[in-house]
Amino acid sequence: MPPASDDPDRSRRFREAALPLLDDVYTLARYLLRDAEDAEDAVQECYLRAFRHFDGFRGPDIKPWLFAILRNVCNAEYARRATRPVAIEDTPEAAEQVPLWREGEASPEAEVLRGRDATAIRKLIEALAEPFREAFVLREINNLSYRDIADAVGAPLGTVMSRLARARAMLRAAWTAEEEQPR
Amino acid sequence: MTCDEARLLLHALIDGELDAGHAREVEAHVATCAACAAELAAQREMKRVLAGTSLRYTAPAGLRMRIEASLPQSKQPSRRAVLRGFAMGSAVSALAATGLVAIVLRQDDQQRILSEVVSAHLRSLQAGHLTDVLSTDQHTVKPWFNGKLDVAPPVIDLTAQGFTLVGGRLDYIDARAIGAVVYRRRQHVINLFVAQTTSAEHRAPTTQTMQGFNCRRWGNRGLNFWAVSDLGADELAEFVDKFETAMKGNTEG
Repeated sequence: MPPASDDPDRSRRFREAALPLLDDVYTLARYLLRDAEDAEDAVQECYLRAFRHFDGFRGPDIKPWLFAILRNVCNAEYARRATRPVAIEDTPEAAEQVPLWREGEASPEAEVLRGRDATAIRKLIEALAEPFREAFVLREINNLSYRDIADAVGAPLGTVMSRLARARAMLRAAWTAEEEQPR
Repeated sequence: MTCDEARLLLHALIDGELDAGHAREVEAHVATCAACAAELAAQREMKRVLAGTSLRYTAPAGLRMRIEASLPQSKQPSRRAVLRGFAMGSAVSALAATGLVAIVLRQDDQQRILSEVVSAHLRSLQAGHLTDVLSTDQHTVKPWFNGKLDVAPPVIDLTAQGFTLVGGRLDYIDARAIGAVVYRRRQHVINLFVAQTTSAEHRAPTTQTMQGFNCRRWGNRGLNFWAVSDLGADELAEFVDKFETAMKGNTEG
């Protein structure tokens, strides 16, 4: 048993630091797993693990640390799901190969995005392939800095930047494509 | 700067993550490249729309309660309870690691109710939640329950036996209102939850441990009892014995 476990202060410090971030962690879990029940299980496991390893946490910001733990829990969940067939667009390797921008693409000049309700936008975000969705949610919804995203996902800063750029390009393409469809 | 570079860096620009030197370079490129300028405007627009949309989720209250209940209470002065809670937490997570979903599905009714009982005990330990009626007099506590529950729980003063009656409280277990009679031994709180059951048969007391708390459960006279405390299993068993003996004395005498 770790020697610090009998520190009555430890539990209190953990509560004060980690519990206010529950909505953030749950939000990320919802977008990563795209399932409400799986997200709840993952978040609970994340907090259990985080508390167990709390002595290993070296500040200053606990948010990226919690997100990194959640990510590991979610990866285990992906592994469990791996028995299910995976859609082609879900293969991150394939998506990484697609160039960000191609010469001669139709100019998106003066194109104004029509407002969408939150449910529709959430669906568009959920449709993004995994590493891009993750970078996008961490930045736009969880408001992490590039440095914190890099720490949370364990990837170099350049990779984070390119994933984020790709995520936004794909999201915008899906958004405008939807608008062009007759409704 | 090439268009490819600009297409990457314009995101860092709108995110405020670009240093001044690179920001100037992107802006210089955009000033001369209509396609990249349009892309920058479009991305700014999308960011604006996204910022104005509520895309966050709120964690369900049940999840918050489960997590709170799984953490040892810092308010517990008992070193033993904290230690046991930690050991239990590790065991639970080791189990959870073998299958996140399975652990939820395998929880049968009894286990679920046990976890609700322990959660109710934890809630009661928060400041001001322990008792609705505060009295060491069983003739005050007992009538207080009348009219609040279908069957008022038996309230027995065990002060002479070393367990002080503190009061009573209404609680909710398994989505039903339930009576809780509160005792204290030294600094340890014992919550005795009492619920009506259709079965009149006697069920012998058994002790289970959850999150560092001992829970002794038994059934008698058409009632189900759960005694929960951070007391050691031996002292909790002593409490249940004393309670049952006093009950027998009450009904027979």
